[in-house]
Amino acid sequence: MINETSIWLILALPVASFAILSVLRPVIGPQSRYAGWLTIAAVAGSFVLSVLALASVMTDGTVHFPSRDWISVAGFTLTYGLMLDPLTAIMLVTVSGVSLLVQFYSQAYIHGDRSYTRYFIFMSLFTASMLGLVTARNLVQLFVFWELVGISSYLLVGFWMDRPSAAAAAKKAFIMTRFADFGFLLGILYLYTQNPAWLDIPSLYDAVTAGAVAVTAATWISLGFFMGAAGKSAQFPLHSWLPDAMEGPTPVSALIHSATMVTAGVFLVARFFPLFEASDAMMVVAIIGGFTAVFAASMGLVANDIKRVLAYSTVSQLGYMMFALGVGGYVPAMFHLFTHAWFKAGLFLASGSVNHASGTFNMRYMGGLRKYMPWTYWCMVICGLSLVGLFPLSGFWSKDEVLAHALGVHTGVGNAVLALGLLAALLTAFYTFRMIFMTFHGEYRGGAEAEEEDLRKAGEPVPPGQGHTHLAESPWIMVAPIAIMAVMAVGAGFFSNPPVDVGINAKHGFGEFLTHNDAVFHTPEAAEHAGAEPHFKWSIAIGSTVLALAGIGLAYAMYGLRRISAESVGRRLSIIHRVLFRKYYVDELYEDQFVRGVFYRGLVRSLGWVDRNWMDNANVQLSMWTSRFGRGLALAQNGQTQTYVLVMALGAVVAVAAILIWV
Amino acid sequence: MFTGLLTTIVFLPIAAGAVIALVARTDQQVRWGSIAVSVVTFALSIFAFGSYYADPGGVQFIDRFENWIPIAGFESQYLLGIDGLSAPLILLTGLLGAVAAWASWRIEYRVREYYFWLLALISSVMGVFASLDLLLFFVFFEFELIPMFMLISIWGTGRAQYSAMKFVLFTLFGGAFLLVAVLGIYLSTGTFQMVAIPAEAGQMIEGIPERIAGTALIAPAAMFFAFFLVAFAVKLPLWPLHNWLPDAHTDAPTAVSVLLAGVLLKMAGYGLLRINVGFFQETQGFTIHDTAGILAALAAVSTLYGAIVTIRQTDMKRLIAFSSISHMGFVVLGVSAIAGTSGAAAGGLNGAAMQMFTHGTITGLAFLVVGLVYDRAHTRYIPHLGGLWKKMPAIGVFFLLAGFASLGLPGTSGFVSEIMVFLGTFKVWSYATGFAAFGVVLAAGYILWMVQRTFFGPAPAEGGMSKEVYEDLEDASRLDMVPVVALGVAILVVGIWPQVLTNVFEIGIEATIR
Repeated sequence: MINETSIWLILALPVASFAILSVLRPVIGPQSRYAGWLTIAAVAGSFVLSVLALASVMTDGTVHFPSRDWISVAGFTLTYGLMLDPLTAIMLVTVSGVSLLVQFYSQAYIHGDRSYTRYFIFMSLFTASMLGLVTARNLVQLFVFWELVGISSYLLVGFWMDRPSAAAAAKKAFIMTRFADFGFLLGILYLYTQNPAWLDIPSLYDAVTAGAVAVTAATWISLGFFMGAAGKSAQFPLHSWLPDAMEGPTPVSALIHSATMVTAGVFLVARFFPLFEASDAMMVVAIIGGFTAVFAASMGLVANDIKRVLAYSTVSQLGYMMFALGVGGYVPAMFHLFTHAWFKAGLFLASGSVNHASGTFNMRYMGGLRKYMPWTYWCMVICGLSLVGLFPLSGFWSKDEVLAHALGVHTGVGNAVLALGLLAALLTAFYTFRMIFMTFHGEYRGGAEAEEEDLRKAGEPVPPGQGHTHLAESPWIMVAPIAIMAVMAVGAGFFSNPPVDVGINAKHGFGEFLTHNDAVFHTPEAAEHAGAEPHFKWSIAIGSTVLALAGIGLAYAMYGLRRISAESVGRRLSIIHRVLFRKYYVDELYEDQFVRGVFYRGLVRSLGWVDRNWMDNANVQLSMWTSRFGRGLALAQNGQTQTYVLVMALGAVVAVAAILIWV
Repeated sequence: MFTGLLTTIVFLPIAAGAVIALVARTDQQVRWGSIAVSVVTFALSIFAFGSYYADPGGVQFIDRFENWIPIAGFESQYLLGIDGLSAPLILLTGLLGAVAAWASWRIEYRVREYYFWLLALISSVMGVFASLDLLLFFVFFEFELIPMFMLISIWGTGRAQYSAMKFVLFTLFGGAFLLVAVLGIYLSTGTFQMVAIPAEAGQMIEGIPERIAGTALIAPAAMFFAFFLVAFAVKLPLWPLHNWLPDAHTDAPTAVSVLLAGVLLKMAGYGLLRINVGFFQETQGFTIHDTAGILAALAAVSTLYGAIVTIRQTDMKRLIAFSSISHMGFVVLGVSAIAGTSGAAAGGLNGAAMQMFTHGTITGLAFLVVGLVYDRAHTRYIPHLGGLWKKMPAIGVFFLLAGFASLGLPGTSGFVSEIMVFLGTFKVWSYATGFAAFGVVLAAGYILWMVQRTFFGPAPAEGGMSKEVYEDLEDASRLDMVPVVALGVAILVVGIWPQVLTNVFEIGIEATIR
């Protein structure tokens, strides 16, 4: 069994790399190659230990390491500690594995940037925070790392901070998720008022098992947690930050905004799965997830920026995971999280490779890149097919499990999200292959230079960070990680959770492993219910495959063969096209109406006015009247004897008159 | 009893300041002599805190003259001492005093006087935290006005005279209430002694909290409570008595803003905990529990109102000043948890105490860094700034750190105190805490928006800072970075290892909650 120190090392290694690079940055300079290698070494160490941790959980089961005091005053204690259960183990391997590949890729991608060192400082911080998040055994500790991944995301989205769009996107991402975290925080506070001991996650599991958590309380707490999760995982209506977050460097998008950080919301719901199951909040999770799956996919249909297509795709796939959890599908959700991490990171890294060659992310200026970069092309096709969910790639297995689970629960909500999931599958196939055809097939349309010329003609500013055309395959250090991701996109599904016994893994290995956790699934029925042994359903497999092929076929007809003109379709459906292209006007609604309008112009400005003109003015008036009053009184003592005599005489007259009248 | 340590800490700065002002030949000697004095004071405060941390409990380092005002029947003493509540605040004052003195090395105008007043200010704040005699406390509490008035009105910028006068008027207004309440408490209990202290023979000499319990005061207890509250609410500041603060902060020189926000506001929080909480738990007819709900509501209003008005600000320094109103609201919120069970009260009150320390370091750092920006850019007007990161990355890093800490990022001290206050208070005052907690979201808004507009983005556009000024901007020198790094380290250490403070605060709070 793995010891506690090793688990601490998993997060301590990237923390050390973060701290060392931060302190030494003035010495080693902003472009030190050591930064990259140190980060890789640290993350590689974490990865090896994570694999050992996984092996340990496989053989020896869940371990809850002892808690220690973080703050301890009489009657008020916050603790911290580690827990290593199947969920943690899978997250550890996924996070450190994807992170390791992305760090290699970044070496080349970020090479020559004047803030090379800073990039790896932030990457180390992110990796450490994410690993801390998945190992936390105390809720406050989890929240600490939850916020730290948020700030890492802020720093990395805003990495090119002198670009106004990047600075704005970073701020938007952080504030929107912070807003969501407000719900999470209230959930924590409410949980604490129920019983302070429940901040300890294993104790909470026990309490839920014992039925000690009332349904109302569980529901409110779960809804609070889900608000935080929805923010982090970009679920409707808190989704709009994620597409903008693509302003960050592409490896960041691959690691943070597709494979790991955005799945933290899904992880959170999975971590508190027993609590959610004991509440009435599951339906909300399912419906929000199902709706998001379709909603986000629909926006991906018309986006021209290759990274934004992938961003919408990520939101949509996170929706799948959420609704899987919402219908009780703990295993399918985590399985999809696991497979998705690899093929989506692969797609993002490939899009970075494409950008390396064409200098742009705008697919309208790509095309025909297949000849120049065959490796990137084939990797992207494989990862794309996996995303679409085609047999026998990894996405097929996980997506079908999700859909089959929705079908299997036989509830109204289950059927509704199943329908949404199938619709999203069709849309996914279409936008994925629209992307691949636009990027790799047809004629080359000029890349960054052509785009700049068009922008100049239109009188629009050329965005900073535009590269140069350099039509060739990317260097091996970029291609190799993509190729490994593609291999995972092929095999990670079938071999980790096979429907039959295969040599290296038992039947339903993933599901059995994940549900072999007494704290969360205390009976075999509970494990069964969470999808430990998924029943392969031919109807779903065939149905989703047909939909996927239909989507691919339509994309081929429109963007491959150009039989159907995309322009004329766009014109005929111009209203729909515009609504989708403008992202359902959500940004306008939030930013113009809510934030600038109601909040800033309405509340902030008027309160600012009140503060200046009423509150502060009241003080000024008070002091002025005091001063006037004093001056008035001072008139009575002006030092002139005549006045004093006059006042005295008048006083005497009044006094005499008064006596005469009343006596 | 007389150990002399606290007397040294309290009077060394002002005495040495006077000597330096008289003997030093050059401004340079004044400067570095005064900085040395402040650093020595800091070292002594570390020693005091460290000793208390190593061997915690009770009141320590007592300096006592029983009849220092030899009038028969007048029970005022010269009584200094520290307990768990004041020891960390002495440390904070030592730290920020040294930081402020060091950060003033660029002052060129009337250096001699400047440093004298600065050291006098440090002395008076130390006196407030070290005094265990209510009259002595009052004297130090009011004495601080004199150096402060001089520092703002002579070395300030903008409407310095106006702001200095406003500060004095507001504080005197509160001070009048304070004096009446102090005298009333004395006449009711016959002692000025604020806590029980050990006498020579080993038994305890009762302080006000013991004597006040259950006895009739010469006027309703509610009145005295309200008088103390008004005095401290002005200084804290609590809505609606906050309007002096943005002006005073904005127009004060950098180092003075650091001290003003960092330690002077804490005198009020300290008074609230020591007096309003410490005295009024078992008083006849009225206790603090009766009014805790009002405190919670005021705290929530202060927090939200402060945060919303902060968003509106366009001057970097004024923005940070307004954010203090919001953050000091958390102190009052934590205090309001006194009405809850012992667990809740412990969380809330310890959180309030922690918030005082953390706000001191965080806002101190923020003012320091804004001062560095202002020294170079000669403007603090946010729309005129932009792209500063490219020119001053080191300043930028610490500006971000201060900002993150201010919005309560875990790993920084800001998170520790906020989560303690929230967890402690939520059970007692759910709605007030819920609303106040939204202030954290708003904090993210105003901090990051300011960062975006000043440090991020491209160089300032036409109409902003001129191109020549922008091109000539320089990063902080090593000398400038010393106090900046000191505060940054303090923020991170407390954020990661809060027990260094909570272990000490806990003792003070436990003695305060009866």
